[in-house]
Amino acid sequence: MNLNKPTAHEIVDMVGNGKVTAVEVTESCLSRIDEVEPVIRSFIRVDREGALSMAGDIDRRIAAGENPGILAGVPIALKDILSVEGKEITCGSKILQGYTAPYDATVVRKLREAGAVFLGQTNMDEFAMGSSTENSGYWPTGNPWDPTRVPGGSSGGSAAVVAADEAITSLGSDTGGSIRQPAALCGVAGMKPTYGRVSRYGLIAYASSLDQIGPFGKDIEDIALMLEAISGYDPLDSTSAPVEVPRFRDSLVDDIAGMKIGVPRECFVEGMEEGVEEMFRAGLEVFRSLGAEIIEIELPRIPYSVACYYILSTAEASSNLARYDGVQYGVRNREEKSLLSMYESTRKDGFGEEVKRRILLGTYVLSAGYYDAYYAKSLKVRRLIKDDFDRAFSVCDSVVMPTSPCTAFKLGSRMADPLQMYLSDIFTIGVNLAGLPAISINCGFDREDLPVGLQIIAPPFAEGKILRAAYTFERNTEFHKRKPEL
Amino acid sequence: MPWEKERNMTEKQKKISLLDVEKVAGLARLGLTPEEKAKLGGQLNDILVYMEKLDELETSGIEPLAHILPLQNVLREDRVREGLSQEQALWNAPEKKDGLFKVPLVLE
Repeated sequence: MNLNKPTAHEIVDMVGNGKVTAVEVTESCLSRIDEVEPVIRSFIRVDREGALSMAGDIDRRIAAGENPGILAGVPIALKDILSVEGKEITCGSKILQGYTAPYDATVVRKLREAGAVFLGQTNMDEFAMGSSTENSGYWPTGNPWDPTRVPGGSSGGSAAVVAADEAITSLGSDTGGSIRQPAALCGVAGMKPTYGRVSRYGLIAYASSLDQIGPFGKDIEDIALMLEAISGYDPLDSTSAPVEVPRFRDSLVDDIAGMKIGVPRECFVEGMEEGVEEMFRAGLEVFRSLGAEIIEIELPRIPYSVACYYILSTAEASSNLARYDGVQYGVRNREEKSLLSMYESTRKDGFGEEVKRRILLGTYVLSAGYYDAYYAKSLKVRRLIKDDFDRAFSVCDSVVMPTSPCTAFKLGSRMADPLQMYLSDIFTIGVNLAGLPAISINCGFDREDLPVGLQIIAPPFAEGKILRAAYTFERNTEFHKRKPEL
Repeated sequence: MPWEKERNMTEKQKKISLLDVEKVAGLARLGLTPEEKAKLGGQLNDILVYMEKLDELETSGIEPLAHILPLQNVLREDRVREGLSQEQALWNAPEKKDGLFKVPLVLE
């Protein structure tokens, strides 16, 4: 039996009623990993023994009549950015090779308490900086729909393992689209919750005012289940919000009659691929046919979001990444005899090119003489972008846009021009600047048979609206059922 | 400024010089090879030219938004709680001595 194929909620049912064991499910995932990893290469490390031992514990607890939690026996992959006590975590970077996390991230603790099984760490752009996973300090990951193409990024590994049925679900992190864009390119669901909904404690920081952890899933019910497991206020993260966590599965209602869906005029940009526009418009028709009201809206400052984001995120990153200096953890260049030269050569050898580019940009925009023109200006533009969304949500329940202007592109084809790569984040970045929740779901395939993502955005803490719209779309379409041939 | 010669830039397109790149790299404690300085410098210049787009927006009188949540200071109760032990905190130290992080000479 291919126990790596079902969804998380199906696994929980089967394990809970004794039809299968958590060990059997985990073994299925591990053999799928053996089968496809030589081509996909989405795991940086697979923790075979650890996974089987966690699964064995779950089986023993079920046999003893306990209820191990809402994710009992579900094998989950974690982006290499989340701390797992006693395990090597490297954030996709050479500079952290050999680093062992001394504690669990809050989301990791919560998943343990929910009965999940951890398969290992997934590949990513180094320090979550990138949109293709090609900036990994290890190797590029292949897209399960076509391994000569990128899976998107930065959480490319976490998207690919779900698309390839190597893991049942996974966690990623999203600073400017790093969950939604790879979800779109790999044809799975991926959600960025409201800023503050999920604790960032134990998430290695890139841009702290934008970073948020979220799940990938094969269907919307799994996204709701994972969201329930990881959400909630955490005293260890002072930016986590003291807001009640609803039972997200209650939002899985197949009905969007009367829902007002806003479509920004600005999303029909030059450079959007034909296949993306075609499937996006078809997706809007699905919503309309199900009784939603489609309203044209304006987000006039969205065209400025890329510039605003790459100033603010790199500024924050230049500060957050100052800690990788060879003193407290990670690698150190031992040949240097003075402290300053040790810092400089450790960072020179340890960081990849994209990380260096962003540290330089972030340091520059914060430096004397340039601070007002770039950083202070961007903070004001950030306010204007948030105002755009506030205005939109005064006339509609949710906003829908494509997730990415393009489908999965060929490995290596866009590495020469970083600015062009940044510009492809145009549809996802505004959501992070405004702190909003958003999901990407599969809304069809282009002519090359590559998945296209549709993004649903809602006001802060209105994840329920997103889940309801996404669930209704899923119940009335078949796209999520298609699997890559691997 | 290698990227200027290469691309016949106008004065307006010159955003960052090689000297600026070196200065910024120094501030960031980031060692760069000569090739990296040239390549990253040119790319940074392009990116900064693109950033000028923001000047199209009038922002006087707009309140800056540093953080999306309306949070003020968040204080916890002043109570002792378990933190990492000294041993755990030193788990990953590249070099340690007598329970402390060891670094190369600070003053030469």
